[in-house]
Amino acid sequence: METIFFTLVAAAAVLTGLLVVTCRNPINSALSLVMTFFCLATLYVMLDAPFMAAIQVLVYAGAIMVLIVFVIMLLNVRSETAKRYTHAGFISSVVGCLLLFVSLYFLNHSSLTGVRGSLDTAVINQVGHTELIGKALFTDFLLPFEITSILLLVAIIGAVILTKKKI
Amino acid sequence: MLSLHSYLILSAILFSIGTVGVLVRRNAIVIFMCVELMLNSVNLTFIAFSKYLGNIDGQVFVFFVMTVAAAEAAVGLALMIAFYKNRESIDVEDLRLMKW
Repeated sequence: METIFFTLVAAAAVLTGLLVVTCRNPINSALSLVMTFFCLATLYVMLDAPFMAAIQVLVYAGAIMVLIVFVIMLLNVRSETAKRYTHAGFISSVVGCLLLFVSLYFLNHSSLTGVRGSLDTAVINQVGHTELIGKALFTDFLLPFEITSILLLVAIIGAVILTKKKI
Repeated sequence: MLSLHSYLILSAILFSIGTVGVLVRRNAIVIFMCVELMLNSVNLTFIAFSKYLGNIDGQVFVFFVMTVAAAEAAVGLALMIAFYKNRESIDVEDLRLMKW
């Protein structure tokens, strides 16, 4: 049952991912990308990460995609009806296939390493996923968390200056 | 329970699709969306490893990747608007201001 569900969701994700690349109209690409994000959120729930699924839907499918669709409509980007809406198609496909083969090769010839923790489904159900993430963020990852806030501040200032100033 | 490999294979496929999109398309916004697709496939890898190692660190990294993606979206789209104001186009073949 789980395998069938995973196969369906993965097929939907790959199909909509392909649509993002092949659609001529940028709005259609954006909507396909939203669908891919929802499929990935479903997979996150299957991987016992409900908080990450919620963040995926809220931040990616909500905030970032609204920003992108807003800019597409603001700039009045029309659908590319002309014949050439891509360039270097053949070479790029070859590069993509090579990348896929290399990554699959390394996947099949590697073993799982890393620091094993004590997290499993029982612990997540008992403590709660959000609490676990919060604890990790505010103890082990406190400095990166603070640096993230500075990064966001710099990004906001940069965006305002770029759009205000004559370039 | 599903094996780790199925998630990693899906992630590899999505990453390759994103790479092809970045290389092939001429519209800057679509290239940008393909970069988001690549970031998301890496996030899937992080969360799959986090589950199969029983370690929360991968999910915290996903949190940081999302923050950086949001910052990138803000600055990148501002750059595109600034470029569109000058050239009336966001085709990457017109982006040759810094070409030597």
